[in-house]
Amino acid sequence: MSDLALWGMFLAIGVGTFAIRLSFVELYGRWRIPDLLNRALLYVPASVLAALALPAVVYPNGHNEFVLSNPQIPAAIVAAWVAWKTRNTILTLAVGMAALWAFKLIPS
Amino acid sequence: MQHRSGMEAFMHGVRMLLPLTPGVIPFGLITGVMAIEMGMSPGMTMGMTLLFYSGSAQMVALQLLHNGVLPVAIVVTALIINLRFIMYSASFAPHLHHLPRRWTWPMSYLLSDQSFALCSLKFSSGELGRFGHHFYAGTAVAMWLAWQLSVLAGVVLGASIPESWSLSFAIPLSFLALLVPNLRSAAILGAAVVGGLIAVLAFKMPYNLGLVLASIGGIIAGVLIENTRKNTFKNMHTDDVERGAR
Repeated sequence: MSDLALWGMFLAIGVGTFAIRLSFVELYGRWRIPDLLNRALLYVPASVLAALALPAVVYPNGHNEFVLSNPQIPAAIVAAWVAWKTRNTILTLAVGMAALWAFKLIPS
Repeated sequence: MQHRSGMEAFMHGVRMLLPLTPGVIPFGLITGVMAIEMGMSPGMTMGMTLLFYSGSAQMVALQLLHNGVLPVAIVVTALIINLRFIMYSASFAPHLHHLPRRWTWPMSYLLSDQSFALCSLKFSSGELGRFGHHFYAGTAVAMWLAWQLSVLAGVVLGASIPESWSLSFAIPLSFLALLVPNLRSAAILGAAVVGGLIAVLAFKMPYNLGLVLASIGGIIAGVLIENTRKNTFKNMHTDDVERGAR
């Protein structure tokens, strides 16, 4: 992708994100957020984050086939367990990366 | 806590944000390192960081660029992940809308998960008083600085990290670190499980449609589970009342 196309894309996301953030502060009193939308928004982060994380773990480097010996899968399970137990970002990242390196060293 | 001046409220906001920075800095570092490893120039990386000011959207865009997804699909996906800001905007609107635009526009740009977490309850309880927006500005400006500086540190580090470290795995790991501690209810867990499974199964769909489909599927699953549980609870409750009446 050319640099110009990248800048255009970044600008579109930046302006769109600003519009989303400003939305109700600017429109206050003129439009009420519908109840169903408000409830649905609660599930956006969990749904999108899982939809991003799982394929990236299961299919490393964008290959769209499932490989059983993929060391990212056990490493991600270990990291998820650490995230659940400790709720600590740095620890989750450190243990997850260490687990990946360890599972890569184990000959399969 | 009532503040005596705008400056005092602002500094109080800054102090409240500081303990949250250890959770932010690693994401910023990884974002900076990843962008450089993917061949982006330092200027472009920082431009992206300033324009987005949204770590998750930025990591999403990097991950999708890495997979060679169409630009339009990247824009749509990044904006979907940022839709949560509608919720924050709506909850802050009653406390900010009366201010002039030289306040509301920068304050909206600076809206973040962390500032929302720190301010939403305090705003609605009314404990912030008339310097509430100064307090908010303190948390928001401190968060902005923490984020920009940590991405910059990642950009500086970036070039010196060898490929063999498999650092691209840090992106899905960051998503897990954001996701897992937030699985506080069956409905949220359901949204994550359904979203994740559809995304894996529909990965081969063109134009990144699998991700959009998965996100919507997960959201619907969350709302449905919430409804079912509410109804079961209501039924159990009426059963008890009826039994009590007999």
